[in-house]
Amino acid sequence: MEKHIRLPLTQEDIAGLRAGDYVYLTGELYTARDAAHKRMAETLDAGGTLPFEIAGQTIYYMGPSPARQGHVIGSAGPTTSSRMDKYTPRLLDLGMKGMVGKGRRSSEVIAAMCRNQAVYFAAVGGAGALLSKCIKKTETVAYEDLGTEAIRRLTVEEFPVIVVIDAAGTDLYGNPPC
Amino acid sequence: MIREISVETVADAVCELCIQANHFLSTDMRNALARAAEQESNPLASRILGQLEENLQIAAEESIPICQDTGMAVVFLKIGQDVHFFDGDLTEAVNEGVRRGYTEGFLRKSVVGDPLLRQNTGDNTPAVLHCSIVPGNQVEITVAPKGFGSENMSRIFMLKPADGTEGVKEAIVQTVAEAGPNACPPLVVGVGIGGTFEKAALLAKEALTRETGAPSALPHIRALETELLERINALQIGPAGLGGNATALAVHINTYATHIAGLPLAVNLCCHVNRHAGCVL
Repeated sequence: MEKHIRLPLTQEDIAGLRAGDYVYLTGELYTARDAAHKRMAETLDAGGTLPFEIAGQTIYYMGPSPARQGHVIGSAGPTTSSRMDKYTPRLLDLGMKGMVGKGRRSSEVIAAMCRNQAVYFAAVGGAGALLSKCIKKTETVAYEDLGTEAIRRLTVEEFPVIVVIDAAGTDLYGNPPC
Repeated sequence: MIREISVETVADAVCELCIQANHFLSTDMRNALARAAEQESNPLASRILGQLEENLQIAAEESIPICQDTGMAVVFLKIGQDVHFFDGDLTEAVNEGVRRGYTEGFLRKSVVGDPLLRQNTGDNTPAVLHCSIVPGNQVEITVAPKGFGSENMSRIFMLKPADGTEGVKEAIVQTVAEAGPNACPPLVVGVGIGGTFEKAALLAKEALTRETGAPSALPHIRALETELLERINALQIGPAGLGGNATALAVHINTYATHIAGLPLAVNLCCHVNRHAGCVL
């Protein structure tokens, strides 16, 4: 089924999404990949607070190539999500509602998605030039020293993704549901 | 007759090839993707293959890298034995080419200087450089930026001679099945069989730079490539791992002599952005 959804995701949106749905996202996404996840985990371990309010938000696992003059961003496709699995259940427990990446997730992540009612989307890996056209604005939120791995807030329009794991734990890649 | 080549010429060529490889997919890869799109019967897979084609067009027309993971720069130099380099250090010249290519070409800097301390070097150096000495007085340069979505799913196996051809086939199919959606299919599967531990890995990497779909010159290896491509596509992992016929575009196998006690096997997976650009000096 094809759907157009405005971010941040609402509980109604999440409840209505099924693995296999083709979705166009419009609104704000936060980027974070390996190094940013590690730093967020260290911050939480030390009793600190995250550099943005994660409750209700969607994280895009992506580190862009630099923008040429006149462009908002460079190439901007998804990276492999499973590298973030170690850090993800904790973020879901803090209220994160969506993730955009590519590839499989661990059973721990899927269980945390069911527990917290969250959705995992895949964007097409290796289509970073195409996906960059849907990104209208970027702003660095934190960890600027990490370069491409900094946390950015992206404003996207009609950003194409596919629901791979829904809030019931149904996994398009074939893991058994929760 | 010794031919003099300035290492600055090498740096210029590497710079240009880094930029070219990351914006323009080679004709053999584009043709292989177009063939896969023609043969795809799964509607979602067809839609994804269409997006990949559109992505290549945007990349070329607007100078946006095909993929944000512009890779670690793997550079092959085939150096004629009658060449003498002057003007400095050859390895440093290759790194200078990578540094300039990744900076001037707006390519992502994806290299950390120490694998454990993990500080980004800021200019995508150092390259991974493989040199070989060949007859003649020319220098053949191939730049193959390698993304790590697929690199992470690559495997090496030290099989036993008793495992034989069947063991090799099982290990290759298993590697692709385990990679599933993570390695960004449709893949090119580079395989190295024989040699030693490191030789097998290098054979597999070199196999990825072969013209996509060009068969091995050895009849028994050619038959193996054909059979494995069929078995891999029967997995129905499909483009982006969401189902479909196009799981792999090609299987390229390179072989080398090995020891009586061993059967080394390396499987180097590459995503559909199998970049390689080359020139001859």
